[in-house]
Amino acid sequence: MAQPPRHAAMLSLSNSNSNSNSNSNSNLSTASDSRQPAHLATASHSSTGLRVPSNRKTIYDRHLNRSRNAELSRASFAFLFAEMVTYAQRRVTGIQDLERRLNEQGYPLGLRLLDLLFYRTISGSTSSALSSSSSTSASPPNRPLRILPLLHLIHGPLWRLLFNRPADALEHSVSPDTPNEYMITDNDPLVNTYISVPKEMSMLNCAAFVAGIIEGVCDGCGFEAKVTAHNQPTEMWPGRTIFLLRFGESVMEREKVLERAGVK
Amino acid sequence: MTVFSLIIINKAGGLIYQREFQPGLRKLSTNDYLVLAGTFHGVHAITRTITPKLPYLATTPASNTSTTTSSTPTSATALASPSGTTTPIPNTTSTAATYMYPIPGVAATGLDSLETDKFRLTCFQTLTGTKFLLFTDPHMANVEPVMRKIYEFYADFVMKNPFYQLEMPVRCEAFDRNLNGWLRGRT
Repeated sequence: MAQPPRHAAMLSLSNSNSNSNSNSNSNLSTASDSRQPAHLATASHSSTGLRVPSNRKTIYDRHLNRSRNAELSRASFAFLFAEMVTYAQRRVTGIQDLERRLNEQGYPLGLRLLDLLFYRTISGSTSSALSSSSSTSASPPNRPLRILPLLHLIHGPLWRLLFNRPADALEHSVSPDTPNEYMITDNDPLVNTYISVPKEMSMLNCAAFVAGIIEGVCDGCGFEAKVTAHNQPTEMWPGRTIFLLRFGESVMEREKVLERAGVK
Repeated sequence: MTVFSLIIINKAGGLIYQREFQPGLRKLSTNDYLVLAGTFHGVHAITRTITPKLPYLATTPASNTSTTTSSTPTSATALASPSGTTTPIPNTTSTAATYMYPIPGVAATGLDSLETDKFRLTCFQTLTGTKFLLFTDPHMANVEPVMRKIYEFYADFVMKNPFYQLEMPVRCEAFDRNLNGWLRGRT
């Protein structure tokens, strides 16, 4: 969870009118950030909470890749996420309901994150090509059309964007009844690092939030899917989580058509 | 280098955590642990209150004016220190500036450690009022870093857990797992 929450934090600069300029601003920037000091003169929108710097450069004017390698405090994220879970817990009827709510919190994030992800993977050239199929070809990577490139996109670039490392495994369902099911494994999900689920809720996995993000990314790419998070602890990895992706009928039909057409 | 067990007492004196890491101490019933926690909480408060105040110019060498109550076979050592929170005991001197506490500049701790020939109890009180009691081998050196690490685990895996309710018993599997793993790795 690196950049997006950071942007959100930058947006919510509280409204103060004139005097508190760069110092309050630099509080939010990370040490590695070499931004030109954004001097905030008298805010033009004194009624709203959004401050506009004197050189008219808002955070929207900055280059999107600026915060590419910026880091975010893990503790502040942990506290924020803990509050999100507590918030989602209000007036829920059961564990499934709670997971659905966490999923819904992640879904819009995934939809919005997708554009940033495409933008960065395309402009970022060297390291992370968009998908495995396109990395071999010389043409610039397109959005994924088939399921496999999409899964590689999630497994690699998306995971790196969110958690700074690729996911641990990517599998296809072995059962012939469910060819539309794929599994992405994370041995130690960042969101669950500090969370201990009480025994009476042992089915709950708070990574449902991440599942929501994945679902948003899939939907954004035009792949209708349902994504759920499941506990699958091992001796070595007590927090191992499997994200189960179930693609819809329409996606599977299109997949067959594309396969016949030879589209990769 | 033996750490026998750990007890965590909340700020109201209730027992919220008790784990045994290595055998060596006699087991108590759950009820007895609750009593132990409550009693310790009271004794701790008393030892802090009876912290002596030294006349300002006396400058007795910063010996940790230890109130040693010897009751066979246990001897309790109360390390007293300056306190902004304790109500000043009516003193022969009239103003607050004319006396000082044994260790200047150190926050009030109350009872700090209690030693027998079988074990040593070290108490660490956080600034928020939670108390960590660690039962160790009496010869064990460097209890301080162990205590700090336990506090760190507590801050991480208990306080950042959305399912933990403040001041309630700690049932956090990640806390247990990390604490056990770390203590095992140390020995």
